Amino acid sequence: MHRTRIRVIEDALDANNTIARANREDFDQAAVKVVNLMSAPGAGKTTLLERALPDLGGVRAGVLEGDVQGSYDADRIVSLHVPVTQINTDPGFGGECHLDANMVRSAIPALPLQEIDLLLIENVGNLVCPAEFRVGEDARVMVSAITEGEDKPLKYPLMFRTCELVLVNKIDLLEHLDFDLDLFLHNLDAVHPGVPRLLVSARTGEGVQEWSRWLTRLVMPVEAPV
Amino acid sequence: MHELAIAQSVVRIAEAHAEGRPVVGVNLKVGHLRQVMPSALRFSFQLASQGTALDGAELRIEEVPAAARCRSCSLQTVLEAFPFECAECGGSDLELVAGEELLVESIDV
Repeated sequence: MHRTRIRVIEDALDANNTIARANREDFDQAAVKVVNLMSAPGAGKTTLLERALPDLGGVRAGVLEGDVQGSYDADRIVSLHVPVTQINTDPGFGGECHLDANMVRSAIPALPLQEIDLLLIENVGNLVCPAEFRVGEDARVMVSAITEGEDKPLKYPLMFRTCELVLVNKIDLLEHLDFDLDLFLHNLDAVHPGVPRLLVSARTGEGVQEWSRWLTRLVMPVEAPV
Repeated sequence: MHELAIAQSVVRIAEAHAEGRPVVGVNLKVGHLRQVMPSALRFSFQLASQGTALDGAELRIEEVPAAARCRSCSLQTVLEAFPFECAECGGSDLELVAGEELLVESIDV
């Protein structure tokens, strides 16, 4: 049988990236900055949002919650009187393990883009899959709780390599665990040299003000002194 | 299991280029810096290709090691572990030249 080889040379995620760019254009047009918040399940994404949201000064924030099922996180955020939109990935193939650009695109009509300056997208809890899918974000923030161990940057390098900020959460547990913070930071720098990081505790509030300030600055960059 | 989403995307790309012809093979490059498991991708591809022009097609995956060019001494190094550094001068100011691919290179029809 005669076979023909056809050259393609196309990124397998090109379709996702194209939609992500369209999302980004829509967000830019509405002057909304977008953060893609990612972590393993239980690292503290929602609690860190609950901590930061009341402390954003004049920045008007909205939240897009991505979960396989349910609206547990959205229910928590809504009590802060912040507009929140839920995406469930369950209608996919047994529930997608990540948000992709198209899921976010489908949520755009439900987002109050004219009423917010900042959209916080809480991705599905997962250290692997969300890292592969751009959704139209300006910045990627990941939460790594110290209960996860020091080796996570080395085991899940893509997410650590592609984020603009790492929140090292549950720092209040440092004295109760065998976690070696210096080793963790060493591993983090091995994978993503010099990536900005904040040591935080969503429980005690330690470092949370810096987290809020980081978000505020994303929307309103500090002007350089004249 | 994001490999399924990637496999579905590969099938769509291949179908678009095949223009109605049955596809017997897909050649894909996967860089070591991507978190894509070839075995999971092959399994997903079998599922995703069922009932399409790619039904029964072979997915050939070429794994691409990470490599970088040193900005200090210009040597190209294959990167095998973190932290990334130049094998020649130990420098860490590197420009990645390979390892981030997730590329449908060609299809056989």
